[in-house]
Amino acid sequence: MPSLWARIEPLLADVQKPARYIGCEDGAREPEHGPGRVAWLLMYPDTYEIGLPNQGLQILYELLNERADAVAERAYAPWLDMEAKLRERQVPLFSLETHRAARDFDVLAFNISAELVYTNILNCIDLAGLPVRAAERTGADPLVIAGGHCTFNPEPLADFVDAFVIGDGEEVIGELTDALRGWRERPRHEVLCQLAGIPGVYVPSLYDVVYDGPALVAVAPRDAGVPAVVEKRTIADLAAWPYPSQQLVPLTEVVHDRLNVEVFRGCTRGCRFCQAGMITRPVRERPAEQVRHMVASGLEHTGYDEVSLTSLSTADFSGIESLVGDLCSADIAVALPSLRVDAFTVGIASEIQKVRRTGLTFAPEGGTWRMRRVINKLITEEDLFGAIESAFSQGWRRVKLYFLIGLPTETDEDVLGIAELAKRCAQIGRGHVRGATVAVSVGGFVPKPQTPFQWAAQDSVATLRHKIGLLQDALRGVRGVQLRWHDPRATLAEGIASRGDRRLGAVIEDVWRAGGTFQEWSEQFDLDRWAAAMERNGLSIEWYVNRERPRDEVLPWAHISAGLHADFLWQDWQDALAEDVVEDCRWTPCYDCGACTGFGIEHVVASATPPAGGSQGTGQPLPVAVTLGPVRSSLGAARP
Amino acid sequence: MRVRLRFTKLGKVRWTSHRDVARMWERALRRTSLPVALTGGFTPRPKVSFGLALPTGHESVAEYLDVELATAALDVDSLPARLSPALPRGLDVTGAAVIDDRTPSLQEAVSSCTWELEAVGAPQDEVTDLVRRALAAGSIIITRERKGMVVTDDVRPAIVSAVVAGPPSCIVEGFVDHQPGALVVAELATHPRSLRPAELLAALHPGLREGHVRRTNQWIVCDGARREPLPRVATDAPHAEARAS
Repeated sequence: MPSLWARIEPLLADVQKPARYIGCEDGAREPEHGPGRVAWLLMYPDTYEIGLPNQGLQILYELLNERADAVAERAYAPWLDMEAKLRERQVPLFSLETHRAARDFDVLAFNISAELVYTNILNCIDLAGLPVRAAERTGADPLVIAGGHCTFNPEPLADFVDAFVIGDGEEVIGELTDALRGWRERPRHEVLCQLAGIPGVYVPSLYDVVYDGPALVAVAPRDAGVPAVVEKRTIADLAAWPYPSQQLVPLTEVVHDRLNVEVFRGCTRGCRFCQAGMITRPVRERPAEQVRHMVASGLEHTGYDEVSLTSLSTADFSGIESLVGDLCSADIAVALPSLRVDAFTVGIASEIQKVRRTGLTFAPEGGTWRMRRVINKLITEEDLFGAIESAFSQGWRRVKLYFLIGLPTETDEDVLGIAELAKRCAQIGRGHVRGATVAVSVGGFVPKPQTPFQWAAQDSVATLRHKIGLLQDALRGVRGVQLRWHDPRATLAEGIASRGDRRLGAVIEDVWRAGGTFQEWSEQFDLDRWAAAMERNGLSIEWYVNRERPRDEVLPWAHISAGLHADFLWQDWQDALAEDVVEDCRWTPCYDCGACTGFGIEHVVASATPPAGGSQGTGQPLPVAVTLGPVRSSLGAARP
Repeated sequence: MRVRLRFTKLGKVRWTSHRDVARMWERALRRTSLPVALTGGFTPRPKVSFGLALPTGHESVAEYLDVELATAALDVDSLPARLSPALPRGLDVTGAAVIDDRTPSLQEAVSSCTWELEAVGAPQDEVTDLVRRALAAGSIIITRERKGMVVTDDVRPAIVSAVVAGPPSCIVEGFVDHQPGALVVAELATHPRSLRPAELLAALHPGLREGHVRRTNQWIVCDGARREPLPRVATDAPHAEARAS
């Protein structure tokens, strides 16, 4: 199979960042393709520097290349300048390792982490030389498979993807490879039926969608043997999967350009807006010893001087203090993303950032205690001010605060609460440092499938603008506070794709055909394309986005299960409206959301007690007292 | 002790930037656990200084960097074999020597570089003619951008030598898409005004395009004699070219 390199290289002198297209990373494999080997092209549908660090793809890359019957290479979305050259010279999309044409692979496998990349997926399929619609692809065409968080509502992409993989990929990737050995000798339909028989795999073309006017009636399998509900895959024990073991080290700058070691997967803090926290349950910690080993060997082979301990809330890792204490040394920096908001966490942060004290980020998300009870992000003002106090007193000069606006039940008062908190934080900062800065980032809330807020109405662009205006007015001229916000129009487009049904496929295709790629990039984003495509296809933005959905409505993702019981999600939604809270079940009794009980698995957590200092959702009374065993909450009624 | 290293930049890795190469070196020095001296201050950095930046996309068999090591006991001859495996394919260390603490930095000392460059867009005899005319000219005035400013310069003094050495070399097969062209070997000054290979071609004729470019030497003039920053001796790693291809 010929390499396309000789045709690619002449294009590189005239494109930005040519190193995006050369591969050659430390840790990259150059696998030998062969007849008995299923060839996977793992793709991230955004630029190289955004996609390369993706840990999910790196894990699958290693697992596949370890197998004798599989090879895996990678590709990322070419930037606009390169795309134009590829099309002009009729060079197809290519892999980075051996610069082989994408359509020479058996599978194009996409990681989908965000809705606004959907049009890029179509563009990549098209650049590969395949029909974008799955129904038009034939036996000779590779299969298009997608995984990642967005597949928990696969319907908007159902027209373009042959099979979706729901949940953790470590086990199912092997089962798919087994099923695909020699697949080209079998009829495509037969192969798809076979894939649909693998737990966690959803083949949309085998399901009929029934509508009644605008309403969705059912997404139901056409044949026996195809599951009516596809349940997500969950690995029981992270310790069995110490990957990536050879993290890719890019030759050029990328985001998260450091060693990344996943310390746990899943989060049960129960923040109701957070899709990641809902669909990745339960908590599965990696043993501290394995973390230490992965950090040591990773630093040695990569040459990095910085390691990030990744998870959805790393300060919650059992024994985080002693782990961080062990890792810290003069020449190694440790980064903890997703900091919890309390003084204890700042203590850890100050321990690890002795030298490079750049910035601290906290995410209270809601501006008032009432709002934070609605979203179940149980940060008290004492927590926040304590964290801010210790941050500025320990030498930080700048603290970032993340908030969401447009949350369910939000009033102007809740929004103005954001400004109040920011002012107080800046005031606290000035007590310690001259020129203390509080940078406030405000994002518009997009209700996500498989969360308690999946029924909620999303704020309109006008309402979000009104709320941003309130904050601008309240913070105008306030010393030490900087306000930034996300474009409400992009929030709307994300909302269209987030909870759409299969009819959205035509919209995504129209936006792509109109040139709407790289929609995550503000300079490329244009809401008009989305609005025009919705109108052309007779679909109402208001109906899909801004309307509260009733309990009896069939949701487009009803046939996809993250294990969460529908009545748990509904009850949690009702509790949210009643400002009632739920505890973190890691340390308190199970309330049976379904994620563990349905799959016969449970939390893997080394410590039976919550970490010190964190009151948030731990079920501990305030002020915090660390005791052994579960503690009843003083914050709200415990669930029966 | 201060050590000067010579290395190559060949093959696909040439599409990385000068800054990218600096980061590759930082990681390689950590991976090999060499005792690199650090700068002081809040953000200590390894004491490493690079020579003249190589434009992204150009190859080289004559890149240099100086490293300050916090030790006096080190077998310098072992450095190429230690460092090359820790660097990406195409970056190979081909020479190493201890240099005096007072040796001027590469940026200051290097006064010219020799380049092999493909001129694409005209047949070999036409390019030969263009080169002959350029060398015969008393001055060549071009307008070019320098640090965001448009300036008009006489670039003739910066052309130390230039000769057409043959047809395009096809250093990488298929690179020139069978277009007419010539391989030019030119020595271009870096002081007081530098001239880039692409600017040489523009000065020869606006219709010429730059194809494949490789830096083959950097030159230091010292007491009237011209020499390279490191002598080419037996420490040159013979495997470097093979590994990069």
